[in-house]
Amino acid sequence: MSQITSTPSRSSTSVLIAVQVIVRYLFIFLIALVLFGMILVIAGKNPLAAISDTLSFTLGSTFGFSEVIVKMIPLVFTAIAVALPSRVVLINVGAEGQLYMGAWLAAWGALTFTSLPAWALLPLMALLGMIGGSLWALIPAFLRARGLVNETITTLLMNYVAPSIVTFFIYGPWRSRGDALFPQTADFVPAARLPAFFGTRVHFGLILALILLVLYWFIMKYTRWGLEMRAIGGNPQAARRNGIPLTTYIIVIMCLGGAFAGLAGMSEISGIHGRLRPGFSPGFGYMGFLISWLSGGNPIGILIMSFVAALISAGADILQINQGLPYAVVNLLLAITLFVVLAHPTFLKGKKA
Amino acid sequence: MQKKPIPTISLCGITKSFPGVVANDHINLDIYNSEIHTLLGENGAGKSTLVKILYGFYHADSGEILFNGQPVMIRSPYDARGIHIGMVFQEFNLIPAFSVAENIALFLPDLKSVFNLKDINHRIIELSERYNLQVDPQAMVSQLSIGEQQKVEILKLLLSDARLLILDEPTRVLAPHEVAALLNVLYNLRQDGYAILLITHKMKEVLECTDRITVLRAGRLAGSMLRAEATEEKLVSMMFEKDVSKLRIRRKPALKEVKTPILELQGVGSRGEGAETSLKGIDLKIFPGEIVGVAGVSGNGQKELGDLVLGITKCIHGSKLLFGQDCTQCSTQMIRRSGVGFIPENPHLMASVPFMSTLENLVLTNTWRYARLGGLSMDWQAVKMDYEATMKKLGYTFSLYAPAKSLSGGNLQRMVIVREMAHDPQLIVASYLTRGLDVQSTIAARQALIQAREAGAGVLLISEDLEELFTLSDRLIVLYDGKIAGTFKPDETNINQVGHLITGSEA
Amino acid sequence: MSLLSILGVISSAIFSGTSLLYTTWGEILDERAGIVNLGLEGVLLVSASTGFAVAARSGNPYIGVLAAMLAGGLMNLLFGFMVITRRANQLASGLALMFFGFGLSALIGKPYTGTMIKGMPRFIFPGLAGIPALSTSQFKFDVLIYLAVPITILIWWLLFRTRWGLSLRAVGENANTAFAAGYNPRLIQYQTLFVCGLLTGLGAAHLSIAWTMTWAEYMTAGRGFIAVALVIFSKWHPVRAIAGALLFGGAVAFQLLLQAMGIAISPFLLDTIPYILTLLVLIAWGGTRRHAAPASLGRVYQGSE
Repeated sequence: MSQITSTPSRSSTSVLIAVQVIVRYLFIFLIALVLFGMILVIAGKNPLAAISDTLSFTLGSTFGFSEVIVKMIPLVFTAIAVALPSRVVLINVGAEGQLYMGAWLAAWGALTFTSLPAWALLPLMALLGMIGGSLWALIPAFLRARGLVNETITTLLMNYVAPSIVTFFIYGPWRSRGDALFPQTADFVPAARLPAFFGTRVHFGLILALILLVLYWFIMKYTRWGLEMRAIGGNPQAARRNGIPLTTYIIVIMCLGGAFAGLAGMSEISGIHGRLRPGFSPGFGYMGFLISWLSGGNPIGILIMSFVAALISAGADILQINQGLPYAVVNLLLAITLFVVLAHPTFLKGKKA
Repeated sequence: MQKKPIPTISLCGITKSFPGVVANDHINLDIYNSEIHTLLGENGAGKSTLVKILYGFYHADSGEILFNGQPVMIRSPYDARGIHIGMVFQEFNLIPAFSVAENIALFLPDLKSVFNLKDINHRIIELSERYNLQVDPQAMVSQLSIGEQQKVEILKLLLSDARLLILDEPTRVLAPHEVAALLNVLYNLRQDGYAILLITHKMKEVLECTDRITVLRAGRLAGSMLRAEATEEKLVSMMFEKDVSKLRIRRKPALKEVKTPILELQGVGSRGEGAETSLKGIDLKIFPGEIVGVAGVSGNGQKELGDLVLGITKCIHGSKLLFGQDCTQCSTQMIRRSGVGFIPENPHLMASVPFMSTLENLVLTNTWRYARLGGLSMDWQAVKMDYEATMKKLGYTFSLYAPAKSLSGGNLQRMVIVREMAHDPQLIVASYLTRGLDVQSTIAARQALIQAREAGAGVLLISEDLEELFTLSDRLIVLYDGKIAGTFKPDETNINQVGHLITGSEA
Repeated sequence: MSLLSILGVISSAIFSGTSLLYTTWGEILDERAGIVNLGLEGVLLVSASTGFAVAARSGNPYIGVLAAMLAGGLMNLLFGFMVITRRANQLASGLALMFFGFGLSALIGKPYTGTMIKGMPRFIFPGLAGIPALSTSQFKFDVLIYLAVPITILIWWLLFRTRWGLSLRAVGENANTAFAAGYNPRLIQYQTLFVCGLLTGLGAAHLSIAWTMTWAEYMTAGRGFIAVALVIFSKWHPVRAIAGALLFGGAVAFQLLLQAMGIAISPFLLDTIPYILTLLVLIAWGGTRRHAAPASLGRVYQGSE
């Protein structure tokens, strides 16, 4: 079955287009970096030192690089969690909350079914993660489908509720070892842990995330649903006139987004932490949102931007120590980049977020 | 008795072109104080453009405007208001959430930084009593009837010191008694020296109230005369000049066997929201193999009829039968799936997804037909084959892979036609399908409809182009004010008869 | 439950809700002019950190307040540049503004995290000093709180009695109609955003300088979004906003009350009350109030022809 590409398939043209896209991205990022540097200078910091510190840590050592990949895993998940709904013009800012609820339900599975073997427990936890995130997204989805409230606000508000619920469980019913100052749940059984590679912290979640990314790409490009979703995203009125069921898509896609964010949560607690800790996410859901918008919902873009964001994030960890820069400046740089993107729509012709 | 007075406003040799069409071609128009001047013409005659030039929305390509004999430049509505020109548009420029007084205050050129609504209320009451435009200044505009809203619009102009009032199709949305009230207001204003320019296509009003008439046709001045010199016959012949009988394409006569009608509307009525027209008591049958044309000035229910057939507008009264089955409450999806095609105007906006390729757009109405493996993939080969075959049959070529937004309006319309025709539709609703298209695309679209007809489909052709309607239709109905004003065969009528019905001049 | 503890809760609600109130007023103006600002959280944070930094540096809380207002105005002008001049999507730009605020405020506030300043004097309203029951430390408020009363009147008057307010509301209903009437929608929107920024800055100043007298990252805890919900709840009217702000300030104070009453519910669950309340408000009123919203809310003004 031959596929339809959007241009007559001649590899030289596709390469040319790919190069153009990369150049555009680089240019945007450069502008953002300069603006960011200016702000740092005003704040009395040294931007050049910041950049060199970041690069030497992340790209200069195997460990540094592996840490970047570690940080990238949840970002890919949450980026898809935002990108998928964005294709039908839904704005899902709730990946953070959905992530927590996915982690919560997966943790429940890990703490309850301690006698299951890994090949049963891990898929179960993944499923629970997806269900948790999906249910958390169902409420905003339903409200939006009924035309009651815009999903942007509802998902945002629910981001503030989810971590509290998780923290409640950690301090309460699930509380285990650890001193009174830093409560956490019991350690997960080994069967609940996603295996890691080569002595680094990079875990199996990476494979899951990449599979998901490929699936996302495949669905959008080749399936009937991807076609109808792109129609909704391109011209909702025309799509409705042509008989495409808008409401169904809104609910299903929103819940799928929640499910993927839930997977991010599950993979973090299973692959990295091995337990549920309060506030374990330094804003993966929000960063996923930024990544999705910056990449225009494009799968390759998500891969690249997740890596870049992970790089910045890892760098920010170092800079917190070296330069005394608060971790939150990650948001600053990504936000400036988003500003640049939003301000020059002609730059990214053909890309929609 | 006295020397001819200088016209307050004079348009001299106004010419204005848009891409592909000359909207105004050397038009002269004189407007005098204490006069009601009517601008008459059918759709596309250029009335709207001319008036927008006068009000400063457009700039004329050539020609000049004189105010009291002196040339003036009108570059924006601000300038127009500066020489006391005020305009009431077809879509009112009112804010529903504001009160009457607030709306009027918004448009007052001399509103103080801190204003007192009470003062404004007084001025409104004063003026409204003088001219019988009573309306409660504190009422919310959203609560007012259309007739009352129009009063507010007129008050707005009067309070802003306008001396020439331009009213664009003011009676289109009014009930008969409201029309009488409006005309009374206009008489009073005329007494007080106001100049009034009325744009309309309704003959009765023209003959009743006007002092001077100017007729436009196809962008040119067809004639200008005083009321005393005008008769209905004269005016209609000026408005619609072409002898359309010569332009008919020879075609096979409609199928003789009278089968069950594809579409039947029995006493159908709909409720129009806001400015939409309500349909009343529509009885219509469309048989296989015939083209039924719907004529009339847009705004008399044409678009609503098309939407109603498709299920986008609900039937409030009566019943709608599709292929003999009652379909009054069917959803758009169901109607589409049972073989009804729809070719709207403006395909960019209403029928296509700009970023997707043409091929992808083509399949959108029938994704279910080409989905394989439960939706996991699409059989693009089959899509390509089927639609290329249809393209061949219709004689079209356009790129299958270019994004839809890069196609010209004509090509995009061709794509829509291909899409709708590809699966042998039984009924096609074509709504202004050649509006804005170049000549070639227009011909192509019309031929497609004829092909469909010859294949046994029924076509509901809604159009404002009389030439098109006369050329293509087997039967013609005229919609006026949401009702069917007349039905006849093009062979058996002449343009004058239709013209009368379109302008509502026959009782 | 003693009078003292009731007063304590009310006082707490007022303190907690004041920053919310100012922000809500700012957003009411914004939305009346047709703009939704989801980035208020970021504006609040940047204003709070800037105001606090200046207050701490200079030792003068009032200069800090001015600095906070200016910072808020500037942040909103940035937002205005995105949505008015560059015509970007309002929701996305707002969220970008929020993240920007997260990062910038952290940067500005870093040297001052955990510092305490003297803050502003709190005093009981002159007329009430005589009532013995009220002369407790609980019922003393700072000047920013008292200012809320005249400002309520000011905003109401601005919106409904001045030409600027009329044109602002017109732009929010239908920018094209406002343009046809001779106004400049873009200019009006910029002006409104700036005023909103000033008000938000005032609210932020109250949060960091007058009430908590310290700075911590993310200290606004979602007030920016609650304000957006409150705007709907108060039907875009400045006077009704007071009720909403008190309600939500009260939700925060509710937790204290429960503790005072000895009811042992986990503080974490109590933390969620304001947000769940906001959600319920949105659900209950969001749909039905939609017709009360400015007709062109969220629409990007494309200009004429």
